[in-house]
Amino acid sequence: MPDPAPPLFIRQLRKSYADVVAVDGLDLTVHAGECFGLLGPNGAGKTTTIEICEGLTVPDSGEVVILGRRWGRDDRTLRELLGISLQETQFSEKLTVAETVQLFRSFYRRGPDPATVIELVQLTEKASSRVGQLSGGQRQRLALACALVGDPELLFLDEPTTGLDPQSRRQLWELIEGFRAGGRAILLTTHYMEEAERLCDRVAIIDHGRVIAEGTPRELIASLGAEHVLEFAVADGATLDASALAGVAGVGPIGRDDGTWRVQVSELHQAMPALLGELRRQGAQLSELRTHSATLEDVFVSLTGRQLRDG
Amino acid sequence: MTAERGWRSHPLLQLTLVRYREFYREPEAIFWVFIFPVLLTAGLGIAFRSRAPDRTPIALVAHREQAALAERLASDSALKVRLLTDSSAAQALRAGEVALVVVTTDSGVEYRYDPERPDAREARLRADEAVQRTAGRSDPVPAHERTVREAGSRYVDFVVPGLLGMNLMGSGIWGIGFAIVDARRKHLLKRLVATPMSRTQYLASFVLSRLTFLVLEVALLLGFAALVFGVPVRGSPGTLAGVCLLSALAFASLGLLLAARPRTVEGVSGLMNLVMLPMWIFSGVFFSSSRFPDAVQPLIKALPLTAVNDALRATMLRGAGLNQVLPELAVIVAWLVLSFAVAVRLFRWR
Repeated sequence: MPDPAPPLFIRQLRKSYADVVAVDGLDLTVHAGECFGLLGPNGAGKTTTIEICEGLTVPDSGEVVILGRRWGRDDRTLRELLGISLQETQFSEKLTVAETVQLFRSFYRRGPDPATVIELVQLTEKASSRVGQLSGGQRQRLALACALVGDPELLFLDEPTTGLDPQSRRQLWELIEGFRAGGRAILLTTHYMEEAERLCDRVAIIDHGRVIAEGTPRELIASLGAEHVLEFAVADGATLDASALAGVAGVGPIGRDDGTWRVQVSELHQAMPALLGELRRQGAQLSELRTHSATLEDVFVSLTGRQLRDG
Repeated sequence: MTAERGWRSHPLLQLTLVRYREFYREPEAIFWVFIFPVLLTAGLGIAFRSRAPDRTPIALVAHREQAALAERLASDSALKVRLLTDSSAAQALRAGEVALVVVTTDSGVEYRYDPERPDAREARLRADEAVQRTAGRSDPVPAHERTVREAGSRYVDFVVPGLLGMNLMGSGIWGIGFAIVDARRKHLLKRLVATPMSRTQYLASFVLSRLTFLVLEVALLLGFAALVFGVPVRGSPGTLAGVCLLSALAFASLGLLLAARPRTVEGVSGLMNLVMLPMWIFSGVFFSSSRFPDAVQPLIKALPLTAVNDALRATMLRGAGLNQVLPELAVIVAWLVLSFAVAVRLFRWR
């Protein structure tokens, strides 16, 4: 029984608050079995978009079709079909993990039993602990358990790993990968590039409420036309002749951010010596030099001229 | 994978269980709802217990031997006589150590006292009685006395229904208001409405848990008052239960209304105090609301706690039936319906 409707289809979505346009004509489609990432700095409109999809916020205009259904018409059915993890939900600290999951399980007509979900998110040992005693990572896994307890067709995860230590983050990534392997669709928001690169089949980069780039992480990085990024700073903040730098063979776009120069290069082994030669010719003393493989972060920087974490 | 839905996994039961768990895992809540009213009853009952009236101290200044008068004064159970000289009696009167100075003179008796002091006026009447009788007066009409002291007319009898009313108000408003605003602040309310949970069942779980706690609260306070102080419940248990039930529902609705919009616990605390403080004062918890001027009586009668206290007192102390407290019940039901209707309209689920 193939369902022709994609899990999520958004067209020309708009939402303004009193003093700010949060979502400004956003288009998006999430296909079956896909993990789709919304990427962008804080305030880009990610949370507003995902809360409109969750039926928690009413958009000003635009179309949202979820699993062939719409908010305002099929609310009850949609709530049965969606799994949700909000940013910063605090569950009641006086309840145990098992009691919390059992409560959420009671709201859904169908779904795995609480113990199964608790085991899935690796909280079995903590099942009878109070929520108040859990670590940040354990709380996020509890939130994931509450999202999975209705056996959802589509999972919304709003910044599932924000504020977690690297180990807890990797543990949560494994759980999300496990769910994705089950063939259900996921929409997640994040401002961690490595999270998007690892988990998402496709990502949309969002800025000021619009999609400014969309594709697989690999496609987006390839769109830079440069595989490496070279960053350097010069002693005493001496001024450099940027056009001469840009003339160096193999050097792509150049950007500058707080005294750090950022150069996209395709052939690092050729561009680097040439660039160093040019710097020496200009009489500049290097105080920092590093290179990395291009990431989604660099895609964002090249599209907006800002860094993601600047917010 | 799919579990059978038994009665244990019914959402209303699960939501109500959450209410119980959150309550009994909070020791402070148990203290304020159950223990504090009992302690308050005990304190007030002991402080205002009935006892034999104090003897009023008076001074007798005798210029001649007045053994018969002194003896007759001493035999009055309401007076305590000291024999003093003129100057020390005057000093004692000024210092308030005695309420009255009786001075025998050659021509008769002189009473020195402050007529503003009720105990001094009473002491004067009693002393004069003793003086006249010693001189040979007899009563033309024989009189007998029979004293009456009955449960139901003491301060503790007055205050227990008031404390019960106050407790119903407090636990209804605090219990519901705090839990809801706290859930909103933690974004838990938003998370819950993102599930297929029925909003009606969510609110109903508060009402159900309140009703269970209500039985315990009422039984504990009235049981204690009856056992320790003999406070009576003269009306039928059914009427009392009905009054308590409607009162608890009305205050629960009021709590829901106060919690309908605030996003912070501080915000809702301010609102609750604003609503409850006037009622603690005006609604006749510790003293009768009839002490306030007639002009404001209609306002005071319209307060929910006044209606609850009046209905509880009528039922417990006067043994009133349901039809005798109908005006009070009408006020209570009006608050219940209005608060609930407005609360549902204003309620912010996010």
